[in-house]
Amino acid sequence: MSNRQLGAVMFAPAVLFIILLIGFPFVLAVLYAFSDARIGSTGFHLVGLENFRSILQSPSFRKALQNSIVFTVCAQAIVIVCSTILSMALEKPFRVRGLVRLLILLPWVAPVSLGTIGWKWILDSIYSVITWVLIWLHFYKPYSAPMWLGEPHLAMASVILVHCWRLIPFSTVIMLAGRSAIPKEIPEAASIDGAGFWRTLFHITIPMMTPIISVALLFGIVFTFTDMTVVYILTAGGPFDSTQTLPSLAFATGVQGSDLAAGAAISLFLVPVLVAVAYFMLRVAHRAEVV
Amino acid sequence: MAVVETRNLTKVFKEGELGAVNKVSLATHEGEFLVFLGPSGSGKTTLLRMIAGLETPTSGEILIGGQVVNHLTPRERRIAMVFQSYALYPHLSVYNNIAFPLKAQKVPREQHRTKVEWAAGLLGIGKLLGRKPRELSGGERQRVALARAIVREPAVFLLDEPLSNLDAKLRASAREELEQFHKSVGTTTIYVTHDQVEAMAMGDRIVVLHQGVVRQIGTPKDVYEDPADTFVATFLGSPPMNLVEFSDVIVGFRPESFLPADLLPGAKHVRFRYKVNYVEYLGAERVLYGAIEGRHFESKEIISRLSWTMPAGYDAGSVHDFSVAESDLRFFDRKTEKRADPRPYPWQ
Repeated sequence: MSNRQLGAVMFAPAVLFIILLIGFPFVLAVLYAFSDARIGSTGFHLVGLENFRSILQSPSFRKALQNSIVFTVCAQAIVIVCSTILSMALEKPFRVRGLVRLLILLPWVAPVSLGTIGWKWILDSIYSVITWVLIWLHFYKPYSAPMWLGEPHLAMASVILVHCWRLIPFSTVIMLAGRSAIPKEIPEAASIDGAGFWRTLFHITIPMMTPIISVALLFGIVFTFTDMTVVYILTAGGPFDSTQTLPSLAFATGVQGSDLAAGAAISLFLVPVLVAVAYFMLRVAHRAEVV
Repeated sequence: MAVVETRNLTKVFKEGELGAVNKVSLATHEGEFLVFLGPSGSGKTTLLRMIAGLETPTSGEILIGGQVVNHLTPRERRIAMVFQSYALYPHLSVYNNIAFPLKAQKVPREQHRTKVEWAAGLLGIGKLLGRKPRELSGGERQRVALARAIVREPAVFLLDEPLSNLDAKLRASAREELEQFHKSVGTTTIYVTHDQVEAMAMGDRIVVLHQGVVRQIGTPKDVYEDPADTFVATFLGSPPMNLVEFSDVIVGFRPESFLPADLLPGAKHVRFRYKVNYVEYLGAERVLYGAIEGRHFESKEIISRLSWTMPAGYDAGSVHDFSVAESDLRFFDRKTEKRADPRPYPWQ
């Protein structure tokens, strides 16, 4: 076998993987979005932009879009702040740093569905350990305790926090890598120049970490915007669509509601948004690139 | 301007191990250019970092301007430091790099431009203020680091091998500029280097360090001509001082003092038979590697350094009469390796 053939054989699995599992479904989704495909129907007609027109007029789509934005912005704000603080805490060596790093990484390593089912129990209306502790501490009376997943705002907050719990480790690892790339003389020079902790943080450390923060943010936005596991397991979009996001709405409409065309149109709506976000973030990362 | 003093300063990184800096006591003079010279691992940078406040001493005191500063943070010590890597802030322009200490110390904003331009002008980088550090050459970066250090007119300058990242040609000119710069600002400066040429050329006094201990403090002439021990004798000078052991004493003499006997008429001198093994031609000089022939020092390796003005004929394999002026001999105790009093040399 020549080198060229061997190369092609070695390369083939990756190409097949991309074509079968990413390329083909993507092309199919684009086709469906411009058609009237439905589950259980053999008819297939191209209908142009009709599906997009109809979902834009749908109140549940608008609600889901709004929820997706709230979900993503809030989750990312919390993730970036927490992972910056965590990366600072975990940067300097201390006695059990290795163990703490492992524990912090666990939520990312564990399967998302298992973790979320765990949270579903923690936030359950009857068995919630959080509610139990709050009652025990006399913050609430029994039977008047909050329904974490049953009240619109609390449900959204719960979904956001569980998603943060899952994403913070990932972001922390990226931030740690970014911080360790800053030469130690730079903060030392700042301290000699007279800068205190906050000035060093806001004028030196964070600006120098901008490229890596952009990468963490880009991944975070993509993961959050496209995530439906946490929403689907915790609330399935409820109560009253208050936690419905675009991916969960696409699933509910396209698969559960049999309207493949509308589901595909909702999913595709995310693509230009995410492409724009990715382009913008990569530009920021590139512009802020240091020596 | 201020005097920096250390009293029994010690730094032990790991308990039970030898200290990186051991009981160092020294004091600068006002406005002096003091050089810490030593090989890698001699503790010179650790000593400087303790003075800067970047390392906490295990014991001992640091005084700046007569005041104990052990408990003060770097910014409270009124010092400025230039790092080996320059540590410029890569995301800030040259202007903002130089202005950073002013902002950090809350100097009124309207004074920033004047002060930055003054510092930049002094170092000839006025035209670079809009650039980012990555757009500068090594020499320019070094000047920006110096400008950032002088802009708030500190009491003391600490320089950690600031020339080691420059190429040989640039280093020579930067050395000269740094000397001129020190003369013009007159601030007490502590300069760390492992390069003896830099130390000799720039220092008002040199502190020779080895394994965290001060071996000698003196002017360049003192440490070169009258080394306090065999370490200083061999660390300074290239090639190093020749050392020959005789009973309880070590006798040292510089290669440039070990010359053909007929070139040393008159003065009292000590004679040796010298066999040249190998000659290194270095343009302005020749370095002879050879051995003494004679009862006491048979085969002892000795180096001689001859100026290019001296006659040729000292080729490999040839044997000659060489001698050293008595006044150029240095004596060290064989046990302690410390400097000893001159004594008769009965080996002749």
